[in-house]
Parts: sequence; structure tokens; C-alpha cells
Amino acid sequence: MKENVVIIGGGIAGMEAARQLLLLGYTPIIVEKKDHLGGHVARWHKLFPDMAPAGDLVRRLSEAISEANIFLETRITSINRLSNGYVVMLSNGVSIPCRAVLGASGFRLFDASKKEEYGYGVYNHVITNSDLEAWFNGAEDPRIVADPKAVGFVHCVGSRDLKAGNSQCSKVCCMTAVKQAIELKERFPDARIYCFYMDLRLFGKKYEDFYINAQQEYGIQFIRGRVSEVGETAEERLQVKAEDTLSGKPLKVQLDLLVLMSGMVCNPEVAEFARTIRLDVDSDGFLKSLDNVGGINRSNQPGFFYAGACTGTKTVPETLAEARAAALDIHRYLLGK
Amino acid sequence: MMDFGFKLSKSATIDLDRAGTERYEKLCALSPDARTCMACGSCSATCTAASFSGMSVRKVILGLQRGQDVRPLLSACMLCGKCTLVCPRGINTRRLILNLSKSYD
Repeated sequence: MKENVVIIGGGIAGMEAARQLLLLGYTPIIVEKKDHLGGHVARWHKLFPDMAPAGDLVRRLSEAISEANIFLETRITSINRLSNGYVVMLSNGVSIPCRAVLGASGFRLFDASKKEEYGYGVYNHVITNSDLEAWFNGAEDPRIVADPKAVGFVHCVGSRDLKAGNSQCSKVCCMTAVKQAIELKERFPDARIYCFYMDLRLFGKKYEDFYINAQQEYGIQFIRGRVSEVGETAEERLQVKAEDTLSGKPLKVQLDLLVLMSGMVCNPEVAEFARTIRLDVDSDGFLKSLDNVGGINRSNQPGFFYAGACTGTKTVPETLAEARAAALDIHRYLLGK
Repeated sequence: MMDFGFKLSKSATIDLDRAGTERYEKLCALSPDARTCMACGSCSATCTAASFSGMSVRKVILGLQRGQDVRPLLSACMLCGKCTLVCPRGINTRRLILNLSKSYD
């Protein structure tokens, strides 16, 4: 009989790991709280740097794991340690004994309404990166006017923000903002588009090319300074204030749409649950890897592994690579090597 | 009129809605690479005129984007071209200054 491996979370990390575990001869069991697989990526429109549809990736992964056991709309109620593994109890009454568990519970998107000064949920034309992707995917959004003359992007919303409880850089938002700015400019060629940033952290393959392209071909303006406050004019346009730190002067501009780059943050529920089975939680609230160089996939407990953004902010390709690595690591562990 | 010691200060705020950027757009038509400046400051650091005059290609580009009159900066440029040698984005800064100077003629 094939051996069970429980995977917590049906996002791309859990799906990719399940695919690899199937190939290695195991029975992966995915437990997902939502009613669909794919996590945050399932909501996204296109993925940088190749601009491939996010839906294609989720579809390919779904097809590859048709033989896995998948529990949707199911939560984990408890995990009990045995001498040689775990028993995972699910909200549907099923209990699964196994020797290895993979944590792939991902991240939460920062709740932009917590940064009240940006006016999300207060003013009519403030949206998040996630809202914009949903709109790119065809969702209606009355906050996006038909013919915007000026659009702003605010980087680092809820990230690199100790007051918001998140010291970490969310790392994908810089590139996401550049990508979305280009996509918006393509739809609204006459709109002026501004990106308000503190640093531009464009570290990945081809990211810098996107930046140069955004400047040269699309005329997107990058203003170094964090937006301090957003107000509304009598005409219901947004009045945005920031410091133009390169000029050393305060700056204001009226916009028809403001897109907040909500960062990836930890899920406090996961941290709370992890403590019940004595898994270490890191200072940033994400699950703590055994070490951050050679043991990102491992936890402090034998038989408990990690993949993807449950241990910190990750890009899509990083998440997929970690999922493959985790599957191999689980294989090695189950072989007793 | 009696002087009460009060005066009105001109606002230092940059108002992007009123900043006329026609000159910047015209310059970009002639020197499209102007748009790729990432404000690293290499040009200013190597500029022979900078330490005496405050000349800085970075500030010239930024000033134009904010609708400011950059002629005071330009007048100090000797067109030596050192800034062109160091620009990591490969902007032809010397040609940029020339194109810009012509636009003020």
C-alpha cells in the first residue's frame, strides 16, 4: 500500500509537492480550507516575467494531481504526535495517520484598510494589487473609472512597516507594481502613471528589464517617497501627498485611481496552530525553517516539512522549486536516510 | 501701510497637476534615453562643474519632470562628457544637455 503524506494547503506549493510525491510513489492528501485549489495564484491574471496566464499554471498543476486525495473546504482540527509520525484530524471527521506532513499554508495578503491614511474602503477610487488582478481577469469594479487621467501605485503597503507589525520586505510587490503599471498603461494609453516607492527591489530574472521598459516605452514615472496621506476632492478625485525625496520637497498630485501594493504577511492562525505542536515560529510571524540556507524545507520537528510562503515571502518560481525540494526531502526522510 | 512683520511664503510643494512637463516631453522626443534615468547620481559625482556650481544631470532631468526651470544648472555645464562615460543606463547625457540647451534658445 502506498504511504500517505498530508499536505496542509492547496495552493501552488501544495499542488507542486503533491505532483512530485505522486511521481515518487506516495499518496499525497491535500487539505484546503477554500473551495478551490491554487490559492492566491488562482486569483491572479498574468505572472511575471513571461506574462503567462496564472490560470494555465493552476490548470496544469490540477491536471497533474488528479490521483491525489484532495479535501476542499476542510480544516485541520488537530495534529497529534505519535512515536513515529502524526495523526491529522480533519473538520470532516476523517483522521489520517502518516509519517510525514508538509506545511504549505502560504501567506495572507495585508489588509490595506489597516493603513487608514491610504483610504482603502474609505474613498471610492482606492484599490489593491489583488483587486486590480481580479479586474484584469474580467471582474467588474466600479472603483475603476472608464477613462482615468492619472493613476498612482503605492509600494510597500503593510510591508517594511514596523507599525503595521511587518518588518519584512514583501519582495514581489515592486515587480508586481511595475507589471501592473505597464498593463494599465496598455489599457489607458493617455493616463499618466506614477509609482511611489521607497526602494525599487527588482532582484529577479528580467525584472530590471521590465523597469527600463516601463520608463522608456511606457513613460511611467517613479517617484521616490512614501505616500503620507490620501484625501478626496469635491470632484471625487484623490488628492495624494508624498515627499519627493529626490527633490527634497513635498509633492501633491490628483489621481483617478490609486493602487495599493498590499504585501505578503504571515497568517497568525497558522502560527497559533504551529505552537500547539511545538513548531517554531519566526520573529516575523512566519513558520521558522530549521535554517535559512540549507534547511528551508525543514522544521524543528522530525517528519514536519515546509514549502512556499508559509516560511516567508516567496515568488511563484521560488515556491515551485521549494515544493519540489520538499517532496524529495520527504522521500529521503521516509526512506530513513 | 503698516508692517506687522507677517508675510506670505511661496509654497515649496511640487504640484504635479500644474507642473508643465512640455519641455521634458519635447526633450524625450529628441533624447528618449532621458526617460531611463534612475537617479543614481553617477553623473553628478563625476561632474567637473558640480562642486562649484551644483550642476547635476540627475537634477536637470528631475527638475524637468517637475516642471522647473533648469537653466541655472545648465549654464555651468562645459559639455566635457564625463557624465556620459559613467552613466550605467548608457544615457547620452552630453547630447541630452545639448538638445535641452537648444530648446531654450
